[in-house]
Amino acid sequence: MEKVLQGNYAIARGAWEAGVKVACAYPGTPSSEIIYAIGTLYKNDIQAEWSVNEKVSLEVASGASIVGARAMASMKHVGLNVASDPLMTLSYTGVKGGLLVVVADDPYSHSSQNEQDSRHWARFGKMPMLEPSDSQECKEFTKLSFDLSEQFDTPVLLRSETRVSHSFSIVKLGERKESTITLSFNKKETPKYTMVPIYVRQRRPLVEERMKKLEVFADAFQYNVMEINDPNIGVITSGVCYCYTKEVFPEYSYLKLGMVWPLPRKLIADFYKKVKKVIIVEELDPFLETEIRAMGYKVFHGKDVIPSIFELSPEIIEKALKGKKYKAPKERINTEELPKRPPNMCSGCSHRPLFYALKKLDLFVFGDIGCYTLAAAPPLNAIHTTICMGAGVGQAFGAAKVLGKEGLGKACAVLGDSTFLHAGVTPLMDVVYNKGNSTTIILDNWATGMTGLQEHPGTGFTITGEPTNKIDYEALARALGVEHVRKVDPYNIKETMEVIKEEVERDAPSVIVMVNGPCMLHRREKRKFEHPFYTIDTDKCRGCQMCLEIGCPAISWKDVSGEEAMTKDGHKRKGVVAINRLQCPGCGVCQQICKFEAIIPGKEEGGVQ
Amino acid sequence: MKNQVINVLLSGVGGQGTILASDILCSVFQEVGYDVKKAEVHGMAQRGGDVTTHFRFGKKVYSPLIKYGDVDFLIALELLEGLRNINWLRKDAKVLLNEQVTFPPAVTRGTMKYPVDVVKTFKKFFNGNTYSIKGLDIAIRCGDSRAVNIVTLGAFSNFFEIEEEIWERNLLEHLPKKVHDLNIQAFREGRKVLSLS
Repeated sequence: MEKVLQGNYAIARGAWEAGVKVACAYPGTPSSEIIYAIGTLYKNDIQAEWSVNEKVSLEVASGASIVGARAMASMKHVGLNVASDPLMTLSYTGVKGGLLVVVADDPYSHSSQNEQDSRHWARFGKMPMLEPSDSQECKEFTKLSFDLSEQFDTPVLLRSETRVSHSFSIVKLGERKESTITLSFNKKETPKYTMVPIYVRQRRPLVEERMKKLEVFADAFQYNVMEINDPNIGVITSGVCYCYTKEVFPEYSYLKLGMVWPLPRKLIADFYKKVKKVIIVEELDPFLETEIRAMGYKVFHGKDVIPSIFELSPEIIEKALKGKKYKAPKERINTEELPKRPPNMCSGCSHRPLFYALKKLDLFVFGDIGCYTLAAAPPLNAIHTTICMGAGVGQAFGAAKVLGKEGLGKACAVLGDSTFLHAGVTPLMDVVYNKGNSTTIILDNWATGMTGLQEHPGTGFTITGEPTNKIDYEALARALGVEHVRKVDPYNIKETMEVIKEEVERDAPSVIVMVNGPCMLHRREKRKFEHPFYTIDTDKCRGCQMCLEIGCPAISWKDVSGEEAMTKDGHKRKGVVAINRLQCPGCGVCQQICKFEAIIPGKEEGGVQ
Repeated sequence: MKNQVINVLLSGVGGQGTILASDILCSVFQEVGYDVKKAEVHGMAQRGGDVTTHFRFGKKVYSPLIKYGDVDFLIALELLEGLRNINWLRKDAKVLLNEQVTFPPAVTRGTMKYPVDVVKTFKKFFNGNTYSIKGLDIAIRCGDSRAVNIVTLGAFSNFFEIEEEIWERNLLEHLPKKVHDLNIQAFREGRKVLSLS
């Protein structure tokens, strides 16, 4: 049977067909759908989990592997930075049940804080890496990874990226085959899994031997494919870059690598014999190019013309390889002049009033990873750093250290509920232990919001929707030694500002938890607002634009002239605002900001405006 | 040889259902025997930003992304988002515009103007190949403004000789039962509103 599947769903399918028993992830674009799909479609056969972070994901998966089960962890590229600690040593221990690490890169940083080329991990960690180019290969390579892992006693890396994970193509479906490995504890294998120096030195040479064997395997690997067409030009490429290049230059010869580490030396030698000039097309770093040049080959074109930053596309490759012969399509209008449409916080979002409060308090805000990074943009302009999960908490403390009492009342750290649990607890412990005074604000919206509302240890539900323990942020902060823990409803701007002001001025560590603000897109939870929507009293609106400062998508501006350019009580105005009834959920934030009582509750019986 | 693969670009505003519409296209064209690929191009996962999806079908499709300038069909669920992609189109491309306007932030804040005469601009470049519908009105008439993507898809279905039954069956497979009647009606109304005789 054939089905159109997203790359990530195809990976999930491959894991199911391969007989995987445990699959773990922390959500991260573009990888999030993999474990979601497993937890939804294959939950009877595979124990899926949203882990607290990527390091834990890999550790849980490796534990399952040690007793003999096939297991996987999936993550985005920066997630592998977090999971790299266990990964680098798991390379030494190897596996019992097949162990797969899926890593999804994000060239162009569509939804990430940096660009990383994860192929380097394979070379760095001395593990094989496969790279699929479409959904069919996503499924096949995932399945194959578990065989390879068991055959060569190694974790296997599968590198995807935005354009593979989030593209759809046709997949031939297969059946599930259970692994034949018996599940057991084997204490005799202590030297294999206990990486103390004496055993490390036993394992270390085996890692090198394994890579040599894998190199030989790569030469005959069925997905390292040579296509000889035009003998003058041959392209060495992998993944989606193959699809782009083949699209534009179908006449060239190709060596398409399904395994990007280790490289098939003999096959590459063979290709060089069959074609005159070799071009290397790869996204991000010159990974293949560096290796192939180091083997002593000439590279006709590589990163001299192909960009090494951002995402590639058919026209970028065409332009790079055709050079002056490239003819750009005719430009009909200058689309750069059109108003942009960046993503925005939803109308009614609980982050909006909080960041408005932080802006009014003129604080320097150490940010984190989540929807709230949107507060860095105008008109809120209320986030001043974003590095990685949990970073803001430590950074706020570092700044407080050097500024001492001078810094009181000037800064705070903000991070989401899921982010706090992922990597914010340890820096908070550090703040208390090292006698800091910084303030950490937890933006609890009851889900891992930005990646699609996944559950986490603070929601009280597992990936399959089963009720489970729910973290009490206040109790957790107190257990770490934070004496000043406050809770505040962000939709009450005045109170929010008062609480934050008190805590940032306090010469002691503090935590403020935002309560009763579930994500506006939450499927299970809805915040109840007092009124269904708000509307503008155009008799009173003076066009002061104060309400536009919150950047709510439901509020818009209209220039006025003539009779309209005056309020009923005789004040001049240049325009008025309007509230889109269809978009306004009635959060009342704008109403609190308006100084002229021009924003009033709307009435349902008025109908749709 | 050229243009064996047909390229369809769908554009809209996050939350309009651009992606669902392209999912349905994938299933329909797969069922009638084509190789299909689809890519979603959008920024961060939140609502409100611009969303485009590239849908391609043919005997064998390699790239999931359409090459700039090679679009055969543009389906725009929102006018500005249509205009933003005007340079992606081939000279002889067909354009289906849903005449809906959603102000982007710079316009709601009053710092920029929403482009005027979008349909006219398209007609200037694609005279005879520009079609426009008032999908939102139709969707509201069918009972839910959110069905605008399905109304537009219904209109788009006229460009191909594929049986209505295939469209409708695939459409329903992508939707929960409780909205089946509404969406079938939306699809049929959309199909009716555009006649390409």
